[in-house]
Amino acid sequence: MKRIDHAEASSKFIKAKDHLDFHDQRLWDLRQKRDRESEHIPEWEELRALASAIKEHTLTHLADYLEEFERKATANGAHVHWAKDAAEHNQFVFDIMCAHGAKTLVKAKSMLTDECEMRPFLENRGIDVMETDLGERIQQLDNEPPSHIVVPAVHKLRTDVARVFAQTIGTDPKNSDVHYLAESQRQHTRPYFLKADAGMTGANFAVAETGTVVVCTNEGNADLSVNLPSLYIASIGVEKIIPKIEHLGVFVRMLSRSALGSPITQLTSHFRAPRDGTEMHIILVDNGRSERLGMPDFWYSLKCIRCGACMNTCPVYRRSGGLSYGATYSGPIGVIIDPTFNLRKYSSLPFASTLNGSCTSVCPVKINIHEQIYKWRQVIAERAQLPFVKQEAMQVAGKVLANPKLYRAAVETAGAGIEHLPRFMMYNRLNAWGRQREVPAAPALTFRQWYLKNRSKQ
Amino acid sequence: MSSRDDILGQIRKNQPPPRALPPIPAFDAPTGSMLEGFKAALVRMGGKLAAAPADGDLDKLIRELFPDARIVCSATTEVLGNLPLDRVRSPGEVGAVDVGVVRAVYGVAETGSVWLTEKEFKINSLGFLSQHLVVLLDPERIVGNLHHAYRERAQFDARYGVFMTGPSATADIEGVLIHGAQGIRTLTVILHATGSPK
Repeated sequence: MKRIDHAEASSKFIKAKDHLDFHDQRLWDLRQKRDRESEHIPEWEELRALASAIKEHTLTHLADYLEEFERKATANGAHVHWAKDAAEHNQFVFDIMCAHGAKTLVKAKSMLTDECEMRPFLENRGIDVMETDLGERIQQLDNEPPSHIVVPAVHKLRTDVARVFAQTIGTDPKNSDVHYLAESQRQHTRPYFLKADAGMTGANFAVAETGTVVVCTNEGNADLSVNLPSLYIASIGVEKIIPKIEHLGVFVRMLSRSALGSPITQLTSHFRAPRDGTEMHIILVDNGRSERLGMPDFWYSLKCIRCGACMNTCPVYRRSGGLSYGATYSGPIGVIIDPTFNLRKYSSLPFASTLNGSCTSVCPVKINIHEQIYKWRQVIAERAQLPFVKQEAMQVAGKVLANPKLYRAAVETAGAGIEHLPRFMMYNRLNAWGRQREVPAAPALTFRQWYLKNRSKQ
Repeated sequence: MSSRDDILGQIRKNQPPPRALPPIPAFDAPTGSMLEGFKAALVRMGGKLAAAPADGDLDKLIRELFPDARIVCSATTEVLGNLPLDRVRSPGEVGAVDVGVVRAVYGVAETGSVWLTEKEFKINSLGFLSQHLVVLLDPERIVGNLHHAYRERAQFDARYGVFMTGPSATADIEGVLIHGAQGIRTLTVILHATGSPK
């Protein structure tokens, strides 16, 4: 499989200046709203510690909680299926739909179904799949994956949406008024809710104590998808389990505050059992999660509640766009999850970070994201997944940094070099750091020269 | 071996050493009126408030609030409306309703949310396919925060339950906030005690 080149892919994003500036500002705005919300909650840090502890407890007892969830859900009248991987998951969905003669599926946003690439699988088999979240629908109509786990079309401007909608659902191509575009999607989607044979959601949380599937949304599309058709399918990653109803208080208080800077999503929906005369199917999906649980440095990423706060705060994500990661999960959380799916394909992603640690400090479940990014770099270097230029540069750097004499000589020559080297030698293909920025002017003295001159006599 | 046994086996093998489950405090808010907190949070989330009518005529109040509404469908005993709910045969028929009316079980001051289950909706789609929703809420039935809301444990034995907070909304295009995404366009809470005279 081809290795994703994050730097190369993001260079395309960076070229569209108006998109880049908007993207950067919009996500930073979400980060600032998140800060204002969290500052209003005196117990915010205590909630983060609790959320982390609940998740760590659950993940270290995950098999028992999954069995409890299965027991309760089955007693509630739901059908529970276990999918080892994406292929099994997709096949379950297709088989369940076939058994009901169902042809049309209305679905709420689910990163898991994106991860499983379920939509093309079903569409190739004659199922009409309707994404009903506005952002996800824009991406579906534009044949693009979501670029952000909470706001899927955040990389698009209103004019892009007007173009996509004009080409697909027949809106006026010259009208890019946001209210007009959103209302057009509402009118276009409504008949699908009424005629769909099946509805589908992912899950934000699955409660072992009661077998409840909890879905947090703003648009009302999840509740329409479940409460109208006579068949409901919920796809749930095995790490979404929490022990009890009372634990929801901790997570729901932080989820939307971290994601969008709002106190709660407009809808926090609890689906425990099917309505009379309907069926509810729950697919519990592993797809690499049980393997990740066994990785001593990396299992903490399974605590993630998919709020996207780490993406909104990340300077690299904000300036490169989610699509440049070439993976379902982008931004800092993607950087630490994606290599578990395919180390070679995603080996450039852990380098898409400045290691500033902002992701870790905003994470509501206290995942040590930047430390994991650093550890992934080590894994990738050890398994020789570094591109040639970086490998050579790092080997030279390693030798130089390990030897004080060599280091001093190098620093002194480098200072002179910056002043006197011709540009083509400094800013070329081999120096990735010189592509978007100028090297600062070198000081007259190195630190060692300055220290020997000013301090060593004292 | 089935996928179920495979997955559970692999998880049991890979689970890190056990960690303890912490107790969850209720984080009671130190001061402030529950009702005022609820009102402020509801408005912030795009919801509206209406005072209970002095003459007790809720049907008249709703006609005044929604002068263009043709179909009002109520799942409460306090509001009559003009489409009796027992005449609705399938959830999709609610699509013609202009104003749905329900009574919430309780409200949450922290977020301005109201809790509703299939018992209150009678037909769940009433809360989503209706263009507008009116929610009756007893001002004595407001809890401080979500920890308290989730301690109403019996409520979560409902087959379906939802915290609704203002109307449906989206900001998926350029962050422009729009109320009335896929579900209700407005949500109006009328503070009205349970068992008030009609």
